[in-house]
Amino acid sequence: MGFNRTEKEIVAEQKQHIILETQGLSIGYQSKKATSVIASDINIALYQGELVGLVGANGIGKSTLLRTLTNIQHPLDGSIALKKEPLENYSAMALAKTMSLVLTEQLMSKNLSVFELIALGRQPYTNWVGNLSENDITIINRSIDQTHLSDLKHRRCFELSDGQLQKVMIARALAQDTNLIILDEPTTHLDMYHKAYILKLLQRLAKDTNKTILFSSHEIDLAIQLCDSMIVMTNDQVISDTPCNLIERGIFETLFPEDLIDFDKSTGRFRVKK
Amino acid sequence: MKTRYTYTFLTLSVVLVLCFFANVSLGSVGIPIEEVFQSILGTSTNESWQYIIRDYRLPKAFTAILVGSGLGISGLLMQTLFRNPLAGPFVLGISSGASLGVALVILGASIFGGAFSALLVSKWSIVIAASLGSFLVLLAVLLVSSKVRDTMAILIIGLMFGSITAAVVSVLSYFSSAEQLQQYIFWGFGSLGNLSWNELFIFFGIYLLGLILTSLSIKALNTLLLGENYAKSLGLNIKQSRLIIIIATSLLAGTITAFAGPIAFIGLAIPHMTRQLFHTSNHKILLPAVFLFGAIIMLICDSIAQLPTSDYTLPINAITSLIGAPVVVWLLVRKRKMIF
Repeated sequence: MGFNRTEKEIVAEQKQHIILETQGLSIGYQSKKATSVIASDINIALYQGELVGLVGANGIGKSTLLRTLTNIQHPLDGSIALKKEPLENYSAMALAKTMSLVLTEQLMSKNLSVFELIALGRQPYTNWVGNLSENDITIINRSIDQTHLSDLKHRRCFELSDGQLQKVMIARALAQDTNLIILDEPTTHLDMYHKAYILKLLQRLAKDTNKTILFSSHEIDLAIQLCDSMIVMTNDQVISDTPCNLIERGIFETLFPEDLIDFDKSTGRFRVKK
Repeated sequence: MKTRYTYTFLTLSVVLVLCFFANVSLGSVGIPIEEVFQSILGTSTNESWQYIIRDYRLPKAFTAILVGSGLGISGLLMQTLFRNPLAGPFVLGISSGASLGVALVILGASIFGGAFSALLVSKWSIVIAASLGSFLVLLAVLLVSSKVRDTMAILIIGLMFGSITAAVVSVLSYFSSAEQLQQYIFWGFGSLGNLSWNELFIFFGIYLLGLILTSLSIKALNTLLLGENYAKSLGLNIKQSRLIIIIATSLLAGTITAFAGPIAFIGLAIPHMTRQLFHTSNHKILLPAVFLFGAIIMLICDSIAQLPTSDYTLPINAITSLIGAPVVVWLLVRKRKMIF
């Protein structure tokens, strides 16, 4: 049936699958005395089943954007729609069933087993005392399989390496069973192999589970290779496009000051200037 | 997962029952074990023994169970809420508030005048003063903490209120007579044996309310193990849960302090001992475990404080610290790792 679709229909169908969309979004901090705008006129759309990388220099406002998208912080202006519903209309519980997070902060208690920690992802669905139903356990085990953690299932979290712990946190977010997973710098503190491993895992999860996965990262080379689409924050603008288009448009050249490194279009990598 | 802990729970329950009977059997008056059971059932022929068992030792043993379990649970609540292994039931200033109330009644009696003071220094007035003191300090902490978002700030505010009340108490002590000071210090030693059955029922009622609120918080407590931001992302209403946890703690620790004095150490140590024993941070398992463990330790401490067969009774506060502190040190040295 999809052979004779008009372009309009394709656009309409894509719109159907927009998970998160911002319009004229302006982010920053507001106090009684002054308003400091960090970025404005942000128009981005995240589609179902996409892996999206958010990149930008240090201090450009990646965290502020993520904090705003996750409703921790209010936007200064513009709108955010999550599954076509304004973000501010979501109750805490409804939001927990639509969006899950992987944060940079350390776990408070590492005295939980891997299974117990991942099971906490089912909290929005469990009863008042947090008992797991059979359905919950099925979903938890599925998340464990999808992240290849079966061998570590009964280990305690303080026994895990940073890379393993990051996988556990991703599995926890999967178990929360949301349309959108947002990760704040999931590759910090990891070695090169595990950086690639985690991002590759995210790519596969987006494809297999049809969830939208948005992550911020400094691994621009890896993101270019793995992401379906990228959000690039520069001093002047916030641009969202496929990695190929972004390279062609020469966006990555504007990412950093030009004195030390430059972007090589042919390889899609940054190089130190000789 | 359930079966893994079943045997430990069963063992602890048996130990609790044994400790209970040992506690009731031991005391300054030697009573044969079968007479102890007869007295409990009310069929003993020796009236003084029956009186000692039913009106002194039994309420004391029940008080020990409530005090030990209640302090352990409120310590656990505070350690999880404040993400701090050094937190105890009194970090919110509950015990300093109670001390202030009691100090005002005992030490301040001379300020209020002679005839009035005789009226003031009765047992109930001390209980009421302690409750009122801890309630007022807690109210102040809650009011200030509703203005701050950070849980850590509440911890510091609690400590500051503690310092203020301690300062007021030392000013009061400076102007007090030696006799009044002694009375105040005796209150500070803690005591389990002063409760009648009626008082025990009131104690139990408030304790039960705290326990119910705690049970309602199990899920929130487990979510808080991930940290506040994760908890929020899981749909937890942080402010509401925080309030319920703080109220539960103050009900438990507040009444215990009012009826038994400021009992040191149990609230801090019991959750740690339980974590070492059960290897988990899951509150669904920790809460009943802390309940059993706290009750057992308190019964043992009380039995030792009685110095069986002698006429002396040591301050319960000294025993809890003397026994508890080395046990925690030993556990940590042996395991070489603080599980939290």
